[in-house]
Amino acid sequence: MKAPDFDYLRPETLAEAMDMLSRHGEDGAIIAGGQSLLPLLNFRLAGPERLIDIGRLAALKQIVDGDGFVEIGALVRHCDLASSEAVARAFPLLRQAVGHIAHPAVRHRGTIGGSLAMADPAAELGACCLALEAEMSLQSVRGQRWVRAVDFFAGIYETALAPDEILTAVRLPRRGPDSVQIFSEVARRRGDFAIAGLALVADNHMANPRLALLGVADRPILAEKTMALLANNMAAADQAIELIGNEIDPAEDPAYPPAYRRQLVRTLLRRTLMELLP
Amino acid sequence: MKTLRISLTVNGEVVEREVPARLNLVDFLRHDLGFTGSHVGCEQGACGACTVLVDGETVRGCLLLAVQADGCKVETIEIMEFEDLRAAFHRLNALQCGFCTPGMLLSAQELLQAKPKPSRAEIREYLSGNFCRCTGYQAIVDAVEAVARARGG
Repeated sequence: MKAPDFDYLRPETLAEAMDMLSRHGEDGAIIAGGQSLLPLLNFRLAGPERLIDIGRLAALKQIVDGDGFVEIGALVRHCDLASSEAVARAFPLLRQAVGHIAHPAVRHRGTIGGSLAMADPAAELGACCLALEAEMSLQSVRGQRWVRAVDFFAGIYETALAPDEILTAVRLPRRGPDSVQIFSEVARRRGDFAIAGLALVADNHMANPRLALLGVADRPILAEKTMALLANNMAAADQAIELIGNEIDPAEDPAYPPAYRRQLVRTLLRRTLMELLP
Repeated sequence: MKTLRISLTVNGEVVEREVPARLNLVDFLRHDLGFTGSHVGCEQGACGACTVLVDGETVRGCLLLAVQADGCKVETIEIMEFEDLRAAFHRLNALQCGFCTPGMLLSAQELLQAKPKPSRAEIREYLSGNFCRCTGYQAIVDAVEAVARARGG
């Protein structure tokens, strides 16, 4: 199908974009790469009065290789994330995850901010942000605030963003030199949305493990019980593999019953921990 | 209907048009400019039949509005000169109906430029966003592999 009629605005600066959003936030939609929004428009699942195209705001395209953190602008595309040396050094998890996002032509347009703001529960980058303890910068004419990833995701396609706010950047704290970061997922075909996925971030010898899951709840979630069991205790691997399947509560789904997703998550954790064996 | 004036380069020529805000790039290329080599399949970004180059990179023509391409350089299959890839598709039966072929060729060419000697797995991976309902893909992978070898990759 074709998209419904809408008006199109293209601000030249972030200030202008925030101003437009403060006036049109309720019946307007931000478009960045458009790789999630255009299908929704084509299917007429979304019908905003106007699109505010922030795609050309150069200020949101930077990757800042900071002291103690890396800050990724909301308009950094998936392909930029995959080719950034700064990202590859600090967060190999992101490069691994990006390889699972759709296909090259989509990765040339899709952005990290767009993916996070869309908040599809099966999206890769949301789970990565949760595992990496990211903070999101939300800006509006009222000011800027930082929201932790764990507080950002509020449900299926729901986030902490107010109607007048723009997600402008994601800040990721650097990990130690021995940081372990492993991403894995199961999808029916390459590039499809995952049925389930898992991101592990830990320090050496499984200190401070963080296990984020995608596709198994209404938002990306942390497997906190399994994290506690595994902390500094690789000997508990078998128990952890069992526990992570019990810890989640996937919704009924005609294609993939909850028991299947529980089993997938156990398999993903087993594969992940196997990679860490000497 | 809300319209906007856009100016962009399409296949080497500067084009200025008044277009509806909701018009996507592939429909603009096909209906306004007559470049019907890019095909419209799923209109949801899944099939890859609408693949075109924007500023030198493959994109989904159905997932980009024409107004978003304002000021960009757009190239379609019509001006692509990779006769070896085209000939290999022909010779090795890498197409039947041809609906997916323009997108396949553009994606394959992009892969070969970035990686002159891809493995078969890498070819499959790179073309995974281009659906073919005729060939079963084997012959397409054969053709891309043959061109990689012939180009000395």
